[in-house]
Amino acid sequence: MDFDFYLSTIWSVLKALPLTLEIWFFGIAFGLLIATGLTWLRASGYKSGEYFTRAYVFVFRGSPLLVQLYLVYFGLSQFDFVRHSPILWPILRDPMYCTIVAMALNTAAYESEIFRGALRAVPVGQIEAAKAFGMSAFTRFRLVTLPIALRLALPAYSTEIILMTKATALASVVTIMEMMGTAQKIQHDTFRPIEVLTCAGVIYLLLNLSIARLFAWVEHRLSPHLRAPPEQGQQVKPVPEVL
Amino acid sequence: MEFLNDLKDQVWTAYELLAAGWGVQLLWGIAWTLAVTVVSMMIGAVLGSLVAAAKLSHRGGLRFIGESYTTVFRGEPELLIIYLFYYGGTQVLTGVARSTGSIGSADILNMPSFLGGVLAVGIISGAYQAEVFRGSFLAIHRGELEAARAYGMSPWLRFRLVIMPQVLRLAVPGLGNVWQLTIKDSALISVTGVAELMLTANKAARSTHHSLLFYTLAGILYLVMTSISTPIFDRAERYTSRSFTRPK
Repeated sequence: MDFDFYLSTIWSVLKALPLTLEIWFFGIAFGLLIATGLTWLRASGYKSGEYFTRAYVFVFRGSPLLVQLYLVYFGLSQFDFVRHSPILWPILRDPMYCTIVAMALNTAAYESEIFRGALRAVPVGQIEAAKAFGMSAFTRFRLVTLPIALRLALPAYSTEIILMTKATALASVVTIMEMMGTAQKIQHDTFRPIEVLTCAGVIYLLLNLSIARLFAWVEHRLSPHLRAPPEQGQQVKPVPEVL
Repeated sequence: MEFLNDLKDQVWTAYELLAAGWGVQLLWGIAWTLAVTVVSMMIGAVLGSLVAAAKLSHRGGLRFIGESYTTVFRGEPELLIIYLFYYGGTQVLTGVARSTGSIGSADILNMPSFLGGVLAVGIISGAYQAEVFRGSFLAIHRGELEAARAYGMSPWLRFRLVIMPQVLRLAVPGLGNVWQLTIKDSALISVTGVAELMLTANKAARSTHHSLLFYTLAGILYLVMTSISTPIFDRAERYTSRSFTRPK
């Protein structure tokens, strides 16, 4: 066992973690924005809005993310107006921004479906009760629909976030030196792919496990009403044991 | 009008490129993508049912192995698994061949790219299929298993007559989802050099400089493949659950 090699590999790959997290964070953040827009469009009741979101979800869920990434990175630059645009060109000629754009567009399709399902799963009785209280549409949404829907969307949303962590590895095919790209480079330099990829794999796994734990903790915190009440005389633990 | 002329030119260029041989190449790409997906699904079905059985086992050790399998192969980037099997396979094969002396000490024995890709995608698919099978098994009515045992059926007979037909029926919708995932994962094995749809589109885009055209075409072809599979799986669902629908 060559521990120095493992240690130095893990260290080099870890140095690329901030870049991976950057792609991950911005992909998720912009994806969430787009998904919110799509969900709103779908729920607005306009037929055209519904057709648009259906088509959007169909296209982005039905084709591989790699195709979408190549289309954004190599395909869009074929348009003259893209190359001459002072706003679009600086974004679309940079592989980093392209990855973020492709990831955001892709995850928005999945997330909008998650949010749509969650909105529909809010019990009708709750909304009727809010109406009976004389709440305005906005108050109803803010105090009743949104909190319940967010809680319902959380498990599926956490799965989607983990899929996004895995998707950041695709950035390496458009020359970004994030964790996967770095691992690839070390592997080509040393010709020891099994060792190098195992090191990278351990880091990815730990990253995803911590994200899963974090979401499990949030879920636990947001659902006190679903937990069994403490037994009589038993001490109530102030901090959940999930983490 | 200018836009229409432009569009006409585009369509004409596309037609010329496709007729010049890229069309046939893309069709072969589809065939390879489907081959990769089908073989991976089969590998995944075998592994998936074994892992599901391990996860449902009473033995702690087996359960741990099953849990680790699904956690690792669903938690790692697909690209990493594919590289691991392709380059790692090359590393192992080269090591073995060098030590037996069948190749020189400076030669490299490459992992066959189709084999490496299919193994990697199959193992990932197996992790997702294991969860589908496990969920279906848990949905079988406990009483039926007890009844089968009370009849004195052997484990194999129980599996063949009671468990399998019901797991298959309940698993079809989930397997449809895994199939879609596997089609999309198969695009990633283009990095190892299997001439499936993605790699063909890539080659076409690079050698003709019409990347927009060929990546759009590839996207459309993937959409066609994923959307054609939906009615097929609907049919399979109707077929496997035919004993649960009322006759008309």
